[in-house]
Amino acid sequence: MTTIPALDVVELKKTYPNGVEALKGISLRVEPGDFFALLGPNGAGKSTLIGILSSLVNATSGDAKIFGVSIREQRSAAMRLIGLVPQEVNFNMFEKPFDICVNQAGFYGIPRAEAGVRAEKYLKQLALWDKAFGIARAMSGGMKRRLMIARAMMSEPKLLILDEPTAGVDIEIRRSMWKFISGINAAGTTVILTTHYLEEAEQLCRNIAIIDKGRIIENTGMKSLLSKLDVETFVLDLAQPEAALPEVHGVKFTRIDDVTLEAEMSREHDLNSMFAALTARGIAVRSMRNKANRLEELFVRLVETGTTDAAKVAA
Amino acid sequence: MSTSPNLIAYATITRREVVRILRIWMQTLLPSAITMTLYFVIFGRMVGSRIPPFANGITYIDYIVPGLIMMAVITNSYGNISSSFFGAKFGRHVEEMLASPMPSWVILTGYVTGAVLRGLMVAAIVLVISLFFTRIHLYHPWITLSTVLLTAIVFSLAGFVNAVYAKKFDDISLVPTFVLTPLTYLGGVFYSVNQLGTPWREISHANPILYMVNAFRYGLLGISDISMTVAYAVMIGFAVTLTALGLTLLNRGIGLRS
Repeated sequence: MTTIPALDVVELKKTYPNGVEALKGISLRVEPGDFFALLGPNGAGKSTLIGILSSLVNATSGDAKIFGVSIREQRSAAMRLIGLVPQEVNFNMFEKPFDICVNQAGFYGIPRAEAGVRAEKYLKQLALWDKAFGIARAMSGGMKRRLMIARAMMSEPKLLILDEPTAGVDIEIRRSMWKFISGINAAGTTVILTTHYLEEAEQLCRNIAIIDKGRIIENTGMKSLLSKLDVETFVLDLAQPEAALPEVHGVKFTRIDDVTLEAEMSREHDLNSMFAALTARGIAVRSMRNKANRLEELFVRLVETGTTDAAKVAA
Repeated sequence: MSTSPNLIAYATITRREVVRILRIWMQTLLPSAITMTLYFVIFGRMVGSRIPPFANGITYIDYIVPGLIMMAVITNSYGNISSSFFGAKFGRHVEEMLASPMPSWVILTGYVTGAVLRGLMVAAIVLVISLFFTRIHLYHPWITLSTVLLTAIVFSLAGFVNAVYAKKFDDISLVPTFVLTPLTYLGGVFYSVNQLGTPWREISHANPILYMVNAFRYGLLGISDISMTVAYAVMIGFAVTLTALGLTLLNRGIGLRS
């Protein structure tokens, strides 16, 4: 038995009146319950795709189905399944957060009494209850972003789309947002996330699509994508200064300063053999970290090469 | 029995509009009260007292009351929807509605109801103020009520169309300043078009506000320069045409969706 995908995008195209081809016929499938990352550089077409899915942008051709419901043929039914957290703040700044949430539920046909209960629940879960009856304009940037998540949850959607929800948010709030969204996903809601914080996507998402210049250039599982990264670079902080660069088979060392080395090594070699070789040479390593986020490294390479050929990425 | 989702959505927009009107009452309800009081004092009492009564004993202040109420209804219903909907567009919270399952007709009727209610609130305020200056005769209650309702609906819809096309705040003040105000003043609020000579009398008949003011005056005073059949045809014709236009704009997303 085949499952109905949470999102099934087929040959979706969008050409704006000024001639810009934002989407050049993309197809994409997201399974129910997935935590899916949609990544791409600025202007790649992510927001256009999300705009079409949430019926804020008219597609030029193609279609998308939300749990089998076509956004072109059954817009209202499809919108009932989606919750959207947009990139830009788009609530009425002069309203109270509680009213913003209750009104949002009203737009989805949820009775006011039920809407009040849900507003309290989600505003409390997102630590906004103490601000619920103040003016939204007075809230901080992080609070406004959390309010948009609470608002999107009012209809308790089956598919939640988050367009850069943590942009400009400090790490503490970002982590609390991750926890909340992960909980929503664990409870069964399919989540599509776009973000420029790639460690966020790597940590949260199970599957990923990379979009560039209106085309999907990669669409795979997160683990599968990361396994394509054949070379990783680590930064080693040494206990004592080293005059000469060590020579270890399969590892290329570069000196940053007397007590810091960069070690570039392929996945064929394990870290144990590198440490064994360093220990044998009397070099003590105090700490080690990845030079760059692994997904970030892949992302940059994929976008730069603009290819789907994993072999080229590894090379 | 559960309430229809569309009915809940409609009630949500209407409630939000009414809350907005009452929250900023100094901008929405008070100005018309002050302006119309000045009209009653200056044109009704000071100037009007020097004008001899009409043939059927109607004084000048009696004559201008219906026109002034209609003027307030037109200005407020138009202004409410154009500023509120354009504000939602400008602040992007219109997206809350466009991305929801609500059909276009629910959005349109919700906003129009809000604007009509403001028109009726202001009409009631002006009516109460007029009672300090004259006595109101209600000759045809149903004509009075249906005219004020239809007029508010027509100008709410017109304000909605203006808001959809507007790209900046200037665009929503142009029509009231350069179109609505002149048409209202030339629409028989202060005088009877039968007093005008050719071709001004004929030209005046191209002004839709003339029909609304006269129908309302007929309802209150029992006198009119025009036939009620024509007046209703004009009002209903405009209401139907503007509803169709408003729905088309929303369905196609003109000025709203990329």
